[in-house]
Amino acid sequence: MAKVTAAILGSGNIGTDLLHKLVASSVIEVHSMIGIDPESEGLERARGLGVETSAEGLPWLLGQSTGPDLVFEATSASVHADNAPLLAEANIRAIDLTPAAVGPYVIPSVNLREHLDAPNVNMVTCGGQATVPIVFAVSRVTDVSYAEIVASVASRSAGPGTRSNIDEFTRTTASAVEVLGGARRGKAIIILNPAEPPLIMRDTIYCSVPADADPDAITASVSSIVAEVQRYVPGYRLTADPQFDPLPGGEQRVAVFLEVEGAGDYLPSYSGNLDIMTAAATRVGEEIARSMEGVPA
Amino acid sequence: MTFSDRLDVRVCDSSLRDGSHAKSHQFSKQDVRAVVGALDAAGVPVIEVSHGDGLGGSSHNYGFSLTDERALIAAAVDTAERAKIAALMLPGLGTVDDIRAAHDLGVAVIRVATHCTEADIAVQHFGIARELGVETVGFLMMAHSAPPEVLAAQARIMADSGCECVYVTDSAGALILQEAADRVAAMVAELGGDAQVGFHGHENLALGVANTILSIRAGATQVDGCTRRFGAGAGNTPTEALAAVCEKLNIRTGINPIAMFDAAEDIVLPIMDEEPTLSRLALIMGYTGVYSSFLRHAYRAAERYQVSGADILLRCGEQKLVGGQEDQIISIAVELANARN
Repeated sequence: MAKVTAAILGSGNIGTDLLHKLVASSVIEVHSMIGIDPESEGLERARGLGVETSAEGLPWLLGQSTGPDLVFEATSASVHADNAPLLAEANIRAIDLTPAAVGPYVIPSVNLREHLDAPNVNMVTCGGQATVPIVFAVSRVTDVSYAEIVASVASRSAGPGTRSNIDEFTRTTASAVEVLGGARRGKAIIILNPAEPPLIMRDTIYCSVPADADPDAITASVSSIVAEVQRYVPGYRLTADPQFDPLPGGEQRVAVFLEVEGAGDYLPSYSGNLDIMTAAATRVGEEIARSMEGVPA
Repeated sequence: MTFSDRLDVRVCDSSLRDGSHAKSHQFSKQDVRAVVGALDAAGVPVIEVSHGDGLGGSSHNYGFSLTDERALIAAAVDTAERAKIAALMLPGLGTVDDIRAAHDLGVAVIRVATHCTEADIAVQHFGIARELGVETVGFLMMAHSAPPEVLAAQARIMADSGCECVYVTDSAGALILQEAADRVAAMVAELGGDAQVGFHGHENLALGVANTILSIRAGATQVDGCTRRFGAGAGNTPTEALAAVCEKLNIRTGINPIAMFDAAEDIVLPIMDEEPTLSRLALIMGYTGVYSSFLRHAYRAAERYQVSGADILLRCGEQKLVGGQEDQIISIAVELANARN
């Protein structure tokens, strides 16, 4: 049976790491990798792996006689906003790794199968992929009136797209904390740290929960979701047990501390923020591919 | 370049922003009205009002504000007769929506702060502030951690994106005399007439006024103080002492020293929970280069987990934490407690 085919739009860090994950996939075949700079290292690597490349952008892809079934978009939010309608018109399903959020949010450990038929799905942000599962784990056992996440990433792993529109990160992540995480109100903070050697991605998740919420139930739910995320990001782990503190006004705060070490497929292992994004997108892409083939998961 | 025909240097008092750390973000509108009224009458030209961690800082991570900072800003704008009201924001924490809201409330100066090697995350924020017609200031925080030529290159990024004055921000109170002056001089040389240069000092090694004067001599035309040192860590350069020293040195600030001494003792002191001092933890911050606002968080975590606050801060220094990573203080305290048990 022929594999589902996928093109990668964008030959930067994310696109290139994704390429390395997708060429290893048993359900997806890489159709092509498309950038805008013929000299880019990503396109060079793709050619080295025997993957067809183009530096002519989306128009090249749409001009091919045999197009892909899927496109993974690893460009920028504004580029994807322009590309999304063209992909939809060409009947190519889009998995969007930018914060454009044209389609519904998908986080594998939270709602992997919820949008298998959607023409366009969005992978939120790296901080969202790392933290929203924890908010979801808390909110499935108790009410979360407010959740706040703090993502610290190595400066070297924050590319020009993130830097030129950091507000997009905070807005999209905060929105996913509410929509998928289940918090009534969400807030997101991102910190870039230039330390050398670069630090591994760190994430802290604070949830406001009722004073009588059961700490053991919350801790167990968090542990089980961490195991779930580890299935596709092995370097995802708690650095401490969840911490519980009373809050003024009859609530308590649960604080969860994580680090995310990358698999080191293409990018160095400190950039767990990029790895969790490409690993999650691969997981979602494979699930969509299976559904297209009618293969049971 | 000098600041204007009337002033050699423009002082911004940050008691109602940096002091928010020392007050655990519990300012009331009455506090703001009293401080703004006294400083305005003493001739302080710019007064900063925001959560300690900037607009949108009210949070689990940094501490929740007693009073919505927008209400505090409105009270400040309403009270000030001559002074401009400034507000701080940190990209990654606040957003351009906060800048727009502050502008709508009458804030005249937006100060955008990044870690000293990350200026490019503030480009969009300077752009929006200038579009709104607000005066812009950029903070390169933890300035001790980067050499002068790196700071100068980062200052260039800020100036090119619309920042009108870039500050050497000694967030850890770790710069020693000539180190402050060299950084200011490198930025002045890089920026020329494109933007002014400022200096923001902390007292963790008791050098706030001295560093500020050397910075002015190196070409800084905007400088910060906090009345009665009311700020994070061991506090900030005391505005009232700075005003007096400047007058003795024939540096025109437009501030009346005697009126400031009264404001410091009669108005600001009664509002403080306690005066910032050169405590052991504050000294460790200056000595090892730790972000000043970590101080209260370290005290709290040390008490909660029964570990040494000094050990927490030393670990923060070893891990090269930057401003905003207050969450890691808890993580370090848990780790220290686990290691002990």
